[in-house]
Amino acid sequence: MILQMKVNEIATDPNTYARKWKETTSRPVIGYFCSYTPEEIIHAANALPMRIFGAGDGFIKTDSHLQAYSCSLVRGGLEEALTGRLDFLDGTVFPHTCDSIQRLSDIWRLNAGIPLHLDIVLPVKLNTDSAREYMLKVIRKFKIDLETGLGTPITMHSLSESIELYNRIRNTFMEIYNLRSKYAGIVDGRRILEMIKCSMTMDRNDFLEILTTFRDELINRAANFKQEKRKRILLAGGICNHPDFYTVIEKSGGSVVYDDLCTGSRLYTGNIDSSGDPVESIARRYMERVVCPAKHSGITSRGKNLVEMAKEHKVDGVIFLFLKFCDPQSFDYPYLKEHMDREGIPSMLMEVEERLPSEGQLTTRFETFIGML
Amino acid sequence: MSGDRIKDPEKERRKIKSVVKMKEIMTKYYIDAKTAGQSGKKVAWITSGGPVEPLIAFDVIPVYPENHGAMIGASKMGIDLCEKAEAMGYARDLCSYARTDIASSTVNGGPIGGLPKPDFLVCCNNICGTVMKWYEVQARYYNVPLFIFDTPFIHTELSDEAKDYVKKQMSEYIEFLEQQCGVKTDWDRMREVGRLSIQGQKLWQEVLDTTTHSPAPMTAFDAFFHLALIVTLRGTQTAVDYYVQLRDEMKERISQGIGMVPDEKYRLIWDNLPVWYRTKWLSDKFASHGACLVADTYTSAWSGVLHLIDENNFLESMAIAYSSIYINISIDSMFDILKNMIVKYKADGLVMHSNRSCKPYSLGQYDLQKMVLKELNVPTLIIEADMVDERNFSESQIETRIDAFMEIIKHRK
Repeated sequence: MILQMKVNEIATDPNTYARKWKETTSRPVIGYFCSYTPEEIIHAANALPMRIFGAGDGFIKTDSHLQAYSCSLVRGGLEEALTGRLDFLDGTVFPHTCDSIQRLSDIWRLNAGIPLHLDIVLPVKLNTDSAREYMLKVIRKFKIDLETGLGTPITMHSLSESIELYNRIRNTFMEIYNLRSKYAGIVDGRRILEMIKCSMTMDRNDFLEILTTFRDELINRAANFKQEKRKRILLAGGICNHPDFYTVIEKSGGSVVYDDLCTGSRLYTGNIDSSGDPVESIARRYMERVVCPAKHSGITSRGKNLVEMAKEHKVDGVIFLFLKFCDPQSFDYPYLKEHMDREGIPSMLMEVEERLPSEGQLTTRFETFIGML
Repeated sequence: MSGDRIKDPEKERRKIKSVVKMKEIMTKYYIDAKTAGQSGKKVAWITSGGPVEPLIAFDVIPVYPENHGAMIGASKMGIDLCEKAEAMGYARDLCSYARTDIASSTVNGGPIGGLPKPDFLVCCNNICGTVMKWYEVQARYYNVPLFIFDTPFIHTELSDEAKDYVKKQMSEYIEFLEQQCGVKTDWDRMREVGRLSIQGQKLWQEVLDTTTHSPAPMTAFDAFFHLALIVTLRGTQTAVDYYVQLRDEMKERISQGIGMVPDEKYRLIWDNLPVWYRTKWLSDKFASHGACLVADTYTSAWSGVLHLIDENNFLESMAIAYSSIYINISIDSMFDILKNMIVKYKADGLVMHSNRSCKPYSLGQYDLQKMVLKELNVPTLIIEADMVDERNFSESQIETRIDAFMEIIKHRK
């Protein structure tokens, strides 16, 4: 282990971890925003990829750059950069995501003072041959840009090793997800969230060790696990960065058994083929992975996918969890809800601003919903 | 009858005469579109920044939900339709063009009783990511094919990879149209449409250029209105003929010394989409201070990439040009264009509409404001509003801010 820090501490304060990691290893740290960032390439460049979640609340410097109708991820991320809390970063990577992140990239490049700035202008539609070809070229270009920017050549060997490591992380996560789905309530949701956050912060070799231990603990626990009666919940949306959500859902008699989040299953489903050209394999995973609503892969793919997920994990209800002002998620909501209604699966919508509603309010809403399932 | 009021001859003199022709053309256009079923023509819905020329060449009637949104806004019918969309589950924070259009489809609402049903949809995301989500909604609702023209955003450059990608998509688009229409491409016709499109864009720019003259023969508020043809009928002789007429009228006004704002003292530039339900109020408000909005970043978007279009390689060069429009580029590149405009039109100030509906246009305005002040020493007023949803317009607050801003401008001059 490069650093001895507790998982919950890293999850609450990833910046301190990354800063110390850099001091200890003298290696670069690269910040990024979206699950379409090819972390494998950053890792292969001997750098630490770190996902930026943004300061929870108290936006002061951001307000002179961004209107109040931008989401809390965009505003919070910029606040962190402008207040110097990310001054240890050697670079930032912006994969093309949505209109807001697109402009954030400009504002960031002009104001954040972080040396390396890389945009990965991904295709938005992912279901045509020309898009596939463009995706591959863009990822190749990113690899070269990163090599140039960091002055570190990325060998095919190191990239293949990196892919192997990430595949192991993905597989272990999926094992944990399956255990959670099979034994609802076997693990507190907040502990899963801690793991997810650490997976985007920690030295990835060290993280795999911790994740493997965590999985083994769960396997042991499963042997004597007595199933309680809990309502099975699917959490769907963008990022979930609030441990309290899980706690309140659990207190209300529910248990998240699966998710469709970009800080969840979307991040860890689908391995990268480790034979063949590694860059091609990375590009292929992005073309085939379950899409984020800011990408296009047909007009009903997300709806069908959500129904399949809900059936496979036998969920009793779906909680849609969006950041307020997230356009892509909000546009899909009526149609996804309709898909759920058609299957007779109840759902509720929770829009989150930078500050969570009070625990009392959250409890009332979740209790009411879970109570009627 | 004494109902015939005596008209103020000064006011009459300042009215743009071509307006009548424009209304005629747009009425005919919407009647044609709404009766397309009877004429056997296909109808395609297309985004305002989308490559419409191939549709014209295939004799498809292009219909613009965004233009419809503007009409809904200008007719002050936005709130009702926005609320209807919200009842359907669409968040109030979403684009008001999208909300009103989605709602209008279900009730045939708005000033023209809804748009004609599309046979297929063409969505180009060079203006925003929102249009893609919006067109997905409509493709599901009408159960029709959707073609997405994906134009990679230009943060620093349009890479060679991106150029290849958009050129390939132009071919895919043509194939898609051949399939939808069941006919092969008529290349002579395509070339002709390309020629007319370029001519129309040039003429539109000439119209906009007339306001470099002081007093300006028209204002940005007039440009918002006269824009409709370069958006909807780009690539047709109709648009070309109309803009010749409009340009000549503007030149005539210049030679006669007719300005749109009586006693023009201050010249301002507008940024972002119009506040459709308040164009008159805003226009009068600025005019009361002797201020004329002489140009804007919005209406010039339809001629801003002319230099990239090659008549002899129309489709490919158009793919590059469509990817390079004002709103698909980074803030610093936008600033370069804005800077040129401020200098070209000799502007004393900048008015930015921070438009809740349009994030790619509005986010970054605060940085632009700082750059404009730093490099050009030109002050900026930011108005928080929305293009269609009147609930986001606070008259008293905006009035106070305009008055205060005009005081600054007056002191500086």
